[in-house]
Amino acid sequence: MRLRPWPDKTPEWTAFEAGYLVTSNGDWRSVRPVIDKERCVECGLCYLHCPDGTISRDLLVDYDFCKGCGICAKICKREAISMRREADYA
Amino acid sequence: MREFINGNDACALAVRLAKPQVISAYPITPQTTVVERLAEYVEDGSLDADFVHVESEHSALNAAMGASLAGVRTFTATSGQGLLYMAEVLTYSAGGRFPIVMLNANRSLALPWNIYGDQRDSLSLLDCGWIQAYAENAQEVLDLTLMAFRIAEDDAVRVPFMINSDGFHITHTYELVDTPAAEQVEAFLPGYEAGENRVDFDQPRNFGFSAGPAYNAAFHKAHHEAMLRALDLIPRVEREFADIFGRLYGGAVEAHLCDDAEYVLITLGSVSGLCRQVADTLRANGVKAGVLRLRYLRPFPDRLIAETLTGAKAVAVLEKDISFGGTGTVFANVRTAAPATLNVIGGLGGAGISAKQIADIFADLQNGESGVKWL
Amino acid sequence: MAVKNLDEREFFFGHKACAGCGGSLAVRIALKVLGERTVAVLPAGCMSAVGFNFPQLCFANNAFITPFAATASVMTGLEAGLRRRGEKDFIVAGFAGDGGTADIGLQALSGAMDRGDNILYICYDNEAYMNTGIQKSGLTPPGAKTSTTPHRGSRRPKKDMPAIVAANGVSYAASASVGYLDDYIKKLEKAKSVVGVKYIHVLAPCPTGWGLGSDETVEIAKEAVDVGVWELKEYENGRWTVNRKPTRPQDLERHIDRQGRFRIQSQYQEDSRNGQR
Repeated sequence: MRLRPWPDKTPEWTAFEAGYLVTSNGDWRSVRPVIDKERCVECGLCYLHCPDGTISRDLLVDYDFCKGCGICAKICKREAISMRREADYA
Repeated sequence: MREFINGNDACALAVRLAKPQVISAYPITPQTTVVERLAEYVEDGSLDADFVHVESEHSALNAAMGASLAGVRTFTATSGQGLLYMAEVLTYSAGGRFPIVMLNANRSLALPWNIYGDQRDSLSLLDCGWIQAYAENAQEVLDLTLMAFRIAEDDAVRVPFMINSDGFHITHTYELVDTPAAEQVEAFLPGYEAGENRVDFDQPRNFGFSAGPAYNAAFHKAHHEAMLRALDLIPRVEREFADIFGRLYGGAVEAHLCDDAEYVLITLGSVSGLCRQVADTLRANGVKAGVLRLRYLRPFPDRLIAETLTGAKAVAVLEKDISFGGTGTVFANVRTAAPATLNVIGGLGGAGISAKQIADIFADLQNGESGVKWL
Repeated sequence: MAVKNLDEREFFFGHKACAGCGGSLAVRIALKVLGERTVAVLPAGCMSAVGFNFPQLCFANNAFITPFAATASVMTGLEAGLRRRGEKDFIVAGFAGDGGTADIGLQALSGAMDRGDNILYICYDNEAYMNTGIQKSGLTPPGAKTSTTPHRGSRRPKKDMPAIVAANGVSYAASASVGYLDDYIKKLEKAKSVVGVKYIHVLAPCPTGWGLGSDETVEIAKEAVDVGVWELKEYENGRWTVNRKPTRPQDLERHIDRQGRFRIQSQYQEDSRNGQR
């Protein structure tokens, strides 16, 4: 998801383009999900259960918006997702 | 056509001619007969609209706001306690710039309970961001209703419009009213085009959002400036109205004998006619009396008031309202434009105001009395 | 509807809900099922607070925040207005929390049910006013600690919202859980095809307010159904059908004990033993 510029002009009233995003959420995270493609059977449960919609149908994690809640790792029946320390990716 | 009807009938007739597509309202005396008439029109097919039965005034205005968000013309009506019950939605719909038109049948506020007319309901909500106009009689209710849609929906304005009609004194009083033909109204009032402030499936939008400290004031400033533009628009719309319907109103204020007046009484609503009669009588006796009727309280016609009162020696405000512990709200507003000194509070809870009492106000002005005085 | 048939687009994205938020999952999934011709109507509450802060606007479809008490009444006007504009094949869907539904919004919902408007009302139930900091609502379960229940947590049972709407004769009502998304999706699909008032009450745990880890939301929502504290059922043609029987009622105590919000009870018992109360 590409971020948009902060509007330099305020609209006349409270109506504005739907889905306009100026900030990401990735820096909330202390741990990140990493999918082990060897174990993954592409069942889609992680995609389905992500509250933020940050795992795509083809199982790519959007780290700009993933908050690191860990629901995906817990729901995975194959233990294909591990939550790793964000510090290791700094 | 001339018809013998009351103020509520006049409003309902105008609404039918304006063809709103969604009407929602909750009954409250003395507004009720407006929505009864509208329900009859929907029933007999002379008005093609969704008539939404709601369980409260809060929902009445919310349903109107939802319909306006969908992009259609809407109307609702209320009174007194009902207007207060809507209060949250008044600021909301105004901030959202939904050009809803509403009739408020002015009614006293509890406690003590009272169904009769005074203006404490609407005046206590002067700051909610709606245009507020005050009619003097049934004819003006009809005319204001038609103009309300024009002004509220104008691209330069987009602010909801409250027509105030004194409870019983106007709402239930029968008068001869000139009712326009459909073709005249079609020439005056085009269909509503919501522009970008509506749900659009091709270009989806988010509406009614939060705006933090960095952006918040800009929305309110835009709203304020739209109100000021409405003040310029009012006389233009009235001239167009006069061209089509043959009745010319005097703008946001209506001055009577004010050009050379030394003593001016400012008032609003149904009592204005009697005030003018008293002024005429005083003139015959050599007193230079004048009456200034405020037709709009928001946007506030401060410049017009100031210009009208330049030659006056003393100015009083007569209003059916009191801001407890302060003065009347109209007086407080007028004082931002002109040095009014005497504030007369009368007509609360439907109390009559006599010609003698009005003449006494002029006498008090001549005697240099000032402050807040209760009739 | 299987996972593979679900709309791949995200309609609720980039929001600032807490990590692991059950309510945002309920809204996200619903919009994927309902599609782009849905107008989302949200009162004050968690989802509007996290999703609509100009210029960060997180709904990809048309969406509007209403006054707190006004979800259903705004939906009514919106549906009437869109229909009057000549729009077809659209859905007006409300997403209100438990407080917005069972407390302050109940009157407007009552009005909409009375009228039989063609709307879909979804209550995402996280069992307290979470957005303002975990205050008790009419749907807070007995025993749960909130920031406004000074006497041993909430003392009253949850209002039975599904029963209330059924008693009002809605066209369709269902309870669901974000722990059983397949069931929730089926119910959304069904609601899509029914005319009249549709009501779906989805249990949407709040890890922040329930005293759970952010990864436990879905698990606890599933467990609530399995141990029998939340029933999956639906109401059609005047009858209720239970969709799923509790499979492990014996785990009820463990289900309660693992939630921080209920820990006040064990603390109370301990204090009583120590003579401190």
